Amino acid sequence: MTETATPYISDKRTPKKSAEDLRAQIPGWGADLDPADRPSYPREQPGIETGAHWDFPERQPEKWPRERSVEHALLPPVFGTSTPPAGASGAIRRHAYKYSEGRAAHWLLLVAADRVDAWEHHLKSFAALRPDNPITETGVAAEFRRGGLSSRIGQKRADTDHQWIDPIIVGAPWVLGAAGLAAALKALGKHRTT
Amino acid sequence: MRAMVYRGPYKVRVEEKDIPKIEHPNDAIVRVSKGAICGSDLHLYHGMMPDTRVGMTFGHEFVGTVHEVGSSVRNVAVGDRVMVPFNIYCGSCYFCSRGLYSNCHNVNPNATAVGGIYGYSHTCGGYDGGQAEFVRVPFADVGPSKIPDWMDEEDAVLLTDACPTGYFGAQLGDIEAGDTVVVFGAGPVGLFAAKSSWLMGAGRVIVIDHLEYRLEKARTFAHAETYNFAEYDDIVVHLKKETDYLGADVVIDAVGAEADGNFLQHVTSSKFKLQGGSPIALNWAIDSVRKGGTVSVVGAYGPIFSAVKFGDAMNKGLTLRMNQCPVKRQWPRLFEHIQNGYLKPSDLVTHRIPLEHIAEGYHMFSAKLDNIIKPLVVAGQS
Repeated sequence: MTETATPYISDKRTPKKSAEDLRAQIPGWGADLDPADRPSYPREQPGIETGAHWDFPERQPEKWPRERSVEHALLPPVFGTSTPPAGASGAIRRHAYKYSEGRAAHWLLLVAADRVDAWEHHLKSFAALRPDNPITETGVAAEFRRGGLSSRIGQKRADTDHQWIDPIIVGAPWVLGAAGLAAALKALGKHRTT
Repeated sequence: MRAMVYRGPYKVRVEEKDIPKIEHPNDAIVRVSKGAICGSDLHLYHGMMPDTRVGMTFGHEFVGTVHEVGSSVRNVAVGDRVMVPFNIYCGSCYFCSRGLYSNCHNVNPNATAVGGIYGYSHTCGGYDGGQAEFVRVPFADVGPSKIPDWMDEEDAVLLTDACPTGYFGAQLGDIEAGDTVVVFGAGPVGLFAAKSSWLMGAGRVIVIDHLEYRLEKARTFAHAETYNFAEYDDIVVHLKKETDYLGADVVIDAVGAEADGNFLQHVTSSKFKLQGGSPIALNWAIDSVRKGGTVSVVGAYGPIFSAVKFGDAMNKGLTLRMNQCPVKRQWPRLFEHIQNGYLKPSDLVTHRIPLEHIAEGYHMFSAKLDNIIKPLVVAGQS
């Protein structure tokens, strides 16, 4: 006769290992068993010492109109100054910040701006001394130096079913761009000869 | 200075950039000696995090030496070796003054739902990160701490995010003596969560992943039972069987936005960015925890909606607990655990990548090559 499984009765069927056994087997077992020893218990600890010696921090100078969430009452006193918005992607980003964080439009516009931003910089790089190089920048050489095949073949990995999409995501826009450029040059050449 | 810069999805390179300047009286400039690539950096690398701009330097796990300080800095001085939590926080706002450092309201103009994080998109404040030779560290009197003399520098790097986040994840589970804890994800955060679950008194710790070499690490480093979900038709049913059909008392999601195990979920989020994250691990957590149990989420998700099975969570009466880890709150206790020999964070370091080779480092980590678990980034070496 099979035993009734745990949830159908009041006590667990599987006996627990004793604390003594666990302490003997696992270094530090139970060292934080008392919640009082857990640093994030309770979650909120009003008056915790932080090292701050101000009530409200001095304000960092705003060197350009800093985009900010409309859910903020004011521009926070300290902020990052990496990569100010610029170009078409910058315009999309500034528009996105007109919507609150609760609106899908805010995030979807920012994601769209990210894609536009990447293309703006790829195109700009071709006019610079250091154009984008999809081979070195993707680090794909690691496939040959760091066991690309042996890391996958014979392994029960769940991610190999979609990894084939990655080269398409990275490479397809470059292939399409090159094909478009070739078509444009061909059309221009034809136009000049006629 | 040399710095990693993002060039678009799946593309990064190292460029010359200006050394960051003091922009606020409580800033410090830190010369980075060691950094790391975090699993959550891959969400940026794959273009999943909204407002990730070309030209940004990533990196929220780093240690180094104070190079310059602003006029109001008192607690650290030029020449100090410091470890810097991934949270940027003021220490004085409504949230910081209650210990919720990761939810600071004074450091991120771009969003109110998340605090400031180094090198983690403009959605997290627009700060350049530490995969560079130098980095600006705001609120130097609040965030960084001097690295204790006895501490190994590689342990210190792991203490800036991965180790405290895993430890925090176990705390969010409210583990009681003898509890069965399931951890989804055997990356660094999951491994630290599993190890920490024993510290909290777990009676059984089970780790789930699909990478055999990581499950091996879960067995040796975290003394855990392990299962490869790719070997089972339905890992939730297997976990039910393993727990006599009750379910685990606590389940920790240490995977986050790029979970594998369901092609449609993964592709719609990771590849086509139509979800804030692929909630496979979170849904498995909801399904495999017992009724009335607790799900702890420390895996990172983006701000866009995700297809989470919220109805099951409600019907099962679950407690869902989650947050970005307030790192510095964890340090005193974690320092004790390291000194007592209960934890050795740097045991998870598998690769040390020179900054100049960081593009290959990102690819290796993204594609899970060469049994990679935790890659450090070493500045200043060719």
